[in-house]
Amino acid sequence: MDMLYFDHAASTLPYEQVVRTVGELMTLHYANAAALHKSGAEAMRLVERARSAVAGAFGAKPDEVVFTSGGTESNNFAIKGTVFSSRKPKKHIITTAIEHASVYECVKQLERQGVEVTILPVDGQGRVSPDSVANALREDTVLVSVMHVNNETGAIQPIEEIGRLLADRPQVRFHVDGVQAIGKVPVRWKEWGIDLYTGSAHKFRGPKGVGFLLVREGLALAPLLAGGGQEDGRRSGTHNVPGIVATAQALRLTMESMDERRTRMYGLRRKLIGLLKDIPELCLNVPEEEERSAPQIVNVSYPGMRPEVLVHMLEEHGILISTQSACSSKSLKPSRVLTAMGLDEQRASGSIRISFGDEHTERDIDILADRLRAVVAKLKPLERSFS
Amino acid sequence: MNYNLILVRFGELTIKGRNRRRFESLMFTNIKQALASFSKLEFERSYGRLFIHLNGENFDAVSERLSEIFGLSSFSPVVRAENKVEAIQDAALQVMRGLERTPKTFKVTVRRTWKDFPHDSQQMNHLVGAHVLRNTPDLKVDVRNPEIELKVDIQAEATFVYCRVIPGAGGFPIGMNGKAMLLLSGGIDSPVAGWMAMRKGLEIEAVHFHSYPFTSEQATEKVVSLTQRLAHYGGRLKLHLVPFTEIQTMLAQKGRENLIITLMRRSMLRIAEKLAERSGALALVTGDSLGQVASQTLGSMNVIGRTVSLPLLRPLVMMDKLDIIRQAEKIGTYETSILPYEDCCTLFVPKSPATNPNLHVVERIEAGMKAELERLIEEAVAGTETVLIDSRGRVPAARKAEAAGTADEDRWF
Repeated sequence: MDMLYFDHAASTLPYEQVVRTVGELMTLHYANAAALHKSGAEAMRLVERARSAVAGAFGAKPDEVVFTSGGTESNNFAIKGTVFSSRKPKKHIITTAIEHASVYECVKQLERQGVEVTILPVDGQGRVSPDSVANALREDTVLVSVMHVNNETGAIQPIEEIGRLLADRPQVRFHVDGVQAIGKVPVRWKEWGIDLYTGSAHKFRGPKGVGFLLVREGLALAPLLAGGGQEDGRRSGTHNVPGIVATAQALRLTMESMDERRTRMYGLRRKLIGLLKDIPELCLNVPEEEERSAPQIVNVSYPGMRPEVLVHMLEEHGILISTQSACSSKSLKPSRVLTAMGLDEQRASGSIRISFGDEHTERDIDILADRLRAVVAKLKPLERSFS
Repeated sequence: MNYNLILVRFGELTIKGRNRRRFESLMFTNIKQALASFSKLEFERSYGRLFIHLNGENFDAVSERLSEIFGLSSFSPVVRAENKVEAIQDAALQVMRGLERTPKTFKVTVRRTWKDFPHDSQQMNHLVGAHVLRNTPDLKVDVRNPEIELKVDIQAEATFVYCRVIPGAGGFPIGMNGKAMLLLSGGIDSPVAGWMAMRKGLEIEAVHFHSYPFTSEQATEKVVSLTQRLAHYGGRLKLHLVPFTEIQTMLAQKGRENLIITLMRRSMLRIAEKLAERSGALALVTGDSLGQVASQTLGSMNVIGRTVSLPLLRPLVMMDKLDIIRQAEKIGTYETSILPYEDCCTLFVPKSPATNPNLHVVERIEAGMKAELERLIEEAVAGTETVLIDSRGRVPAARKAEAAGTADEDRWF
């Protein structure tokens, strides 16, 4: 049986060119980009060219791009960098109940150290309301951190509206985790008043271990890593030259094809949702409407079924998917995101996330639905013993 | 209001005859090149000016690029009307209504180049002005100090109505006035001097002296970036990278510390002159500004300049440092220029360099090492690496000397 991979929101296959680029650069440009000699200067020139390319993709200036080791580091850097560089005696952070763990746990860690935190709820569609942000703002608020696209449900958050209401509060920084958004939904960070925007290469078919943080010009951010002062002192550590260059390449490829891929993925999403409706045991956890949903994610529950049973059963039927987000899969706790959306414990516990990639066709969706149907039929008689 | 037509006026109207035709065709080529990225534009030439049809391209973006082109005196977004009174009146009203902010006062200025038009400019002034007034509440005429001057230009082929005249960069189209070598150090001044030379219609080839390993690769990259910025204004240009280490270390060991800058500068000019000969350039351009440093006092300029016979052009000679910095910021070279990489002009600088060197002493020292110096100068010229730079950086074909791996690094991006 051929395996179908439907876990692209966890990580995805890099472009062939990107794999080649990483290989060639590892062979040809192994010099340390901070070195003074010719080879070092060559490597640095490639890093700077990559920086300009990444900046160009977002209408940013090259100096506004800081390369990091990925989404988790970029999120930690944005949040802790802001808190540590603020000189206010009391600091308050606003974030949401549905953030990725690298934001949520980071904020929780700061809370244990005395930073005050407001965690905003979301509605039944998994969206935070701009009003709740406005109501939570305080004199000592230093940061608002809201993700762009949720990693479990694909819900697009009202970033533009939040940016607008923060426009007259320049002392409050606005961080947006765009890891699931880049290449899937349009990003206009400057226009939307975003100060800090996180990206991760392996989500848009680049290499793992590379990410970036867009940092609005003139904004001070305390570095997390002390060391050789790379990235203008903002992120010490030897430049990952192959990864950084390949990231710029993957970003270009993903941005160039975004419109076409979006159209296709929304088509797949529509088809899958249609087919899932015919399996009465499953409940859809995402809205059908597309305007405020990213194209690549569908979330569905088999209420009461233990999620790892679903994952392994589907695996035996040749389907690879994740429960919740891949990072939280191993915990048996109900999904924090779905719980925040007001779903009951049974539904929040038995959820699976199906996410599409560029290789998927309508036929793959048919196969997926068939196999889901088969799995559900097998599990149905056993429902009681697992719940 | 969305204009579809831009009227471009060329500069230096004093040029006549055959030169004028050359001026215009150069101008036309340079404008087309600078606007190449706007694929929908259409161009229409007419005597002394050029019309650009936007065909949906963004006016502001085209306007920004146009204002950087040398030889262009001004341009205006215009409405074109048939040579009939009613058509001209309609066009006038359209322009007035298209203004972002409604003015309180205006005046009409009619120019009738086509004398066969039935009404003279006085009459037309009234016909157009009255029509606009009738149709615009709260608008008054003020001939002395109007908020808006509505211009009506009656030509044989059509009438053009407009109210904005956007100044161009002025000067001559690049190449109109021949070619010169620019001594490009990496500091603040020389890129500005290069920009000013280009604005005066000179085609430029840049010459940079490096003293590797005393200067770094980064210093060279910085000069590449500066040249790249100049290429933004002038299209692609050559950058000559001259190995200066041998000459500089030789001069540093002569025990005449206070004269080393004078001696170095003279050698640089002589090398630049040899490169100029090879390239067919008829002048050397430097960023000297009177009195700024020891080598730029009048005494130093005299002693240094005498070593060559090509004209030495010093566009910044009478400018204040602050004005030069402002200009560098305007043309986008300042940020690069202040990067802290040492270039060969700041290397081996003595504590008290001569501000008034004695020509005879300098010539005597040079005479004492004549054969050696001449050999080193020839070697420097022979060892010069020439790279072609455009606004995106090195042009790959010119990088033959580099390893094959980097020649087509484009595949990685």
